Amino acid sequence: MRQRRRLIGAVALVLLIGLLGAPLLALLTAGLDGREVAAGAYLWDVTRFTLLQAGLSAALSVGLAVPVALALAHRPDLPGRRLLLRLFAMPMALPALVGVTGIVGIYGQAGLLSELAGWFELTRFPSIYGLAGIVLAHVFYNLPLATLLLLARLEATPVETWRIAVALGLGARDILRFIDLPAIREVLPRILSLVFMLAVASFTIVLTLGGGPGATTLEVAIYQALRFDFDPGLAARLAILQVAVSLLVAFAAGRSAVPMLVEAGTGKGRGRPQAGSRWRDGAIIGLAAVFVLGPLAAVVAGGLSRSLPSLLVDPLVMRALATSLVIGIAAACLGLIAAYALALAAAAGPARFYDVVSLVTLVVPSVVIAAGWYLLAHRLGVAGWATAPLVVLLNVLMAIPYAASVLIPAVRALAERQDRLAVSLGLTGWRRFRLIDGPLLKRQMALAFGLAGLVSLGDLGIIAIFGGDGLVTLPLLLYQRLGSYRTGDADALALVLMALTLALAWMLPRSVAGDPTP
Amino acid sequence: MLRFLLTAALLAWSCLPVRAGDTLTVLTYESFTADWGPGPAIERAFEAECGCDLKWVAVGDGVAILNRLKLEGDAPTADLALGLDNNLIAEARASGLFARHGQSLKGLKLPVAWTDDTFLPFDYAHFAVVYDREKLADPPRSLQALVDGGGAGKIVIEDPRTSTPGLGLLIWIKAVYGDKADEAWTKLRRRVLTVTPGWSEAYALFTKGEAPMVLSYTTSPAYHLIAEKSDRYAALDFPEGHPLQIEVAAKLAKAKSPALADKFLAFMLSPGFQDQIPTQNWMLPAATTSQPLPPEFEQLVTPAKTLDLAPGDVAANRRAWTDEWLKAMSR
Amino acid sequence: MTPAIQIKDVRFRYEDMDMRFDLEVAAGRFLAVIGPSGAGKSTLLNLIAGFEVPLGGEIALMGRPAAGVSPSERPVTIVFQEHNLFPHLDVWANVALGRATHLKLDAAGEEAVRKALARVGLLGFERRRPKELSGGERQRVALARCLVRERPILLLDEPFAALGPALRRDMLELLTALWREQKLTVVLVSHDPDDARRAATDVAFVHAGRILRHGSVHQVLDATDLPELTEYLGRPL
Repeated sequence: MRQRRRLIGAVALVLLIGLLGAPLLALLTAGLDGREVAAGAYLWDVTRFTLLQAGLSAALSVGLAVPVALALAHRPDLPGRRLLLRLFAMPMALPALVGVTGIVGIYGQAGLLSELAGWFELTRFPSIYGLAGIVLAHVFYNLPLATLLLLARLEATPVETWRIAVALGLGARDILRFIDLPAIREVLPRILSLVFMLAVASFTIVLTLGGGPGATTLEVAIYQALRFDFDPGLAARLAILQVAVSLLVAFAAGRSAVPMLVEAGTGKGRGRPQAGSRWRDGAIIGLAAVFVLGPLAAVVAGGLSRSLPSLLVDPLVMRALATSLVIGIAAACLGLIAAYALALAAAAGPARFYDVVSLVTLVVPSVVIAAGWYLLAHRLGVAGWATAPLVVLLNVLMAIPYAASVLIPAVRALAERQDRLAVSLGLTGWRRFRLIDGPLLKRQMALAFGLAGLVSLGDLGIIAIFGGDGLVTLPLLLYQRLGSYRTGDADALALVLMALTLALAWMLPRSVAGDPTP
Repeated sequence: MLRFLLTAALLAWSCLPVRAGDTLTVLTYESFTADWGPGPAIERAFEAECGCDLKWVAVGDGVAILNRLKLEGDAPTADLALGLDNNLIAEARASGLFARHGQSLKGLKLPVAWTDDTFLPFDYAHFAVVYDREKLADPPRSLQALVDGGGAGKIVIEDPRTSTPGLGLLIWIKAVYGDKADEAWTKLRRRVLTVTPGWSEAYALFTKGEAPMVLSYTTSPAYHLIAEKSDRYAALDFPEGHPLQIEVAAKLAKAKSPALADKFLAFMLSPGFQDQIPTQNWMLPAATTSQPLPPEFEQLVTPAKTLDLAPGDVAANRRAWTDEWLKAMSR
Repeated sequence: MTPAIQIKDVRFRYEDMDMRFDLEVAAGRFLAVIGPSGAGKSTLLNLIAGFEVPLGGEIALMGRPAAGVSPSERPVTIVFQEHNLFPHLDVWANVALGRATHLKLDAAGEEAVRKALARVGLLGFERRRPKELSGGERQRVALARCLVRERPILLLDEPFAALGPALRRDMLELLTALWREQKLTVVLVSHDPDDARRAATDVAFVHAGRILRHGSVHQVLDATDLPELTEYLGRPL
């Protein structure tokens, strides 16, 4: 069975590498090289800043998510907890520019805090433009994601463990020390890598909130090479550099991680004894909620404009909505399957390797991959019919890291618990999935599906390259309106997109959304 | 899931090119073909005139048009590209993908002389600093005042590495300050709130009130005057002069319907096309319209002086100027 | 003599099943609780351990009412089928936790841990982690932890269900030895009547939330007058 799993993993791996490598190769060999190679010193500065801001963003996002996830784990009965967790899924699908306007609506020069400071005749609220703004926006995007992933692990602690803890009379500090922190430590490297890579690949946030070209990431250089200098070869080489640098960091970060006997999929978030200060937990959750919901509320407030009712009956908007849904759901289904295959392989082989590999697509710029595939499809003469399948396929690629984040630890845990039994029963393949893995991983599968769907719902890089022939998604439509002075429409569309996101977030598993069923 | 895959397949199928006898495919940018843009009316007018089918293919912006054509190389899906601009011309010409337009240039009404035999203008506007009257009582009245004025009244600008307006400002400062451009950038830097990747991000920050000034076009206030009935935003007229953005169209050398493409280029300079430009594309028409421009356009700034750099110069120096900008701005 | 465990008219509701238990276990007895799965065996154990709170009735342990006493204060220790150990702590720490949750043991504590590990045959395993142990070894560590807690009542919930027959016999032998040496009162929940025959002094048969029969091993297992029991044991009528 181990071999069979390795085979499944190898197939998934080859597909993944092929889907990523083929377009890079196509761009490298296209003979479309520009005149010059970017200067070394410039590249060095850019790489350094990329790593600096990504490191800071990852450390802060995940560092702050730890107390939030702990507080949420402590309070399974908190009123509104389920809604809050669903709202926490929303930033994932918010296009960067919409998130930026939300952030600016709170922390900007004309933002809420600035206005409040004015009322109380305080000195002006400090400008966020610069490294602070970049990190702030990245924390806004990634703290909720990290919280959801951490909480999923914290709630996987088996009920027996809690009973033992109660029987031994473990106090709040003991529980933190012996149960929660080890659980967190187990998933921390992976979540740190995930957020780090997301921040490495950040583009709009870095430029818009960076305040000046001192804040330039490799992704900016890649975008410039691909778009403005039209040097696909250079873009591909820079993309490879970005992948190499991030992989190096991710592997280095992962080396300190001791693989643990993960028990995901056994607990149901129940059995945890009441411990710790209710007030402190409440305060932490409250602060996190205000931090995440503030910018979201700013987007909602901006979206409740006069154009909203007319947009809701606009056939173009409806069509974009349907397109977004079809692409998102198709990408989520296929992404789930691909991530499950990788997870099976990870359970049988070098887990950390698959862990990191499944994150690679985060740092391979989707614009580069999309451009490469466009070139390939055109060369092969299949550009006409292949457009929509390619868009879905590339969205699958983007969705894999998120789905894998959930499935790799869960499948590994399940394999350790159920393998012997399954082998003894001769259960393999599809039958095993249907009878064992499927039902037992239901919650993780749902979470993986939801995250994957949310990610492709917010995609702009892929659709921007392939769109145009009638294939328009909501984020693309939003950008189109923004590009022709219709900021009101764009704000309203952001609201529509958020509503769609919330609808998808509603499908997240009950336990992750905090439903302490007995 | 099968149902979703089927739907996806259907979506793909619907994207197949229509195999009609007389079809003209025009590659352009998205806001041109949007339902509120000039595309739909132009399509109706041209189809009535030529008895053919006009099909738009729209990508993000002018740069994306050129990139897609380069990706497609010898087998373009389009017959004509509409929406490149004067600063992209040198690069577009070097690609060798375009054919001569063969049109008479007599009907053109541009602030500068136009003699290009491949790229045909269809509209234009000057780059300008647009400001918010409610936030800025005393805006800078010249480029020098903007550069020297220090931190009072911030401006959002676009990045020349990733956007056409950013490149426009680069050219502007270079044209006015020449060798002293890096000093000018160092001074201007104190006024710059942030540098965005494109026009959309900059204009969104501006209309959200983040900064009282933004780098945009002289025609931007027309949108607010006509569509929003608001005179809150106005462009500033700088005596040093303003650089131009001229949007052009060109026929592809490998066009499948070259005759229709020629027809369209001729139609482009007629009122049937030009009438749609001012209030649908929010630019100034490059040729005669059937009606005078709406009265609101009289409130717009018309720069007395146009800074005109040869496209070849821009292409040759873009990288050096960008490096200079990078150094000055990140110092 | 006061019974070690006294359960009087204790009521509980789990999903759709109403349960009602009456039970007395004299000190020093070894009671095997058998019955079909879902009958309420584990619930009975959890009620004694204090993980579940009864809807009514009284539980007294070693003569003292248990109501309001937290699980860690009760005179009981418990071993589950699995997840008894903290996966990231080594064997020593897992056992030492039974003595002091801050893990700073005095000399007596150190000695107690050492003796307990020696008793279950795991001396020299102190620095191993649970994932480096076999299933049987893990359960031995759990038993060692119960020993250092020095509580008079030992509760076990299907502790050997995942082990092979030989290992299972060894573990039962260890358990009976400990029971005798430490003069414990043992309640062992098992689905296997053989466990009861091998080790127990008494058997309680639980069915649909009730204790239908309680008595010596032979009294219960050889009884023929209870259809539920004969059905469970699978003997011909």
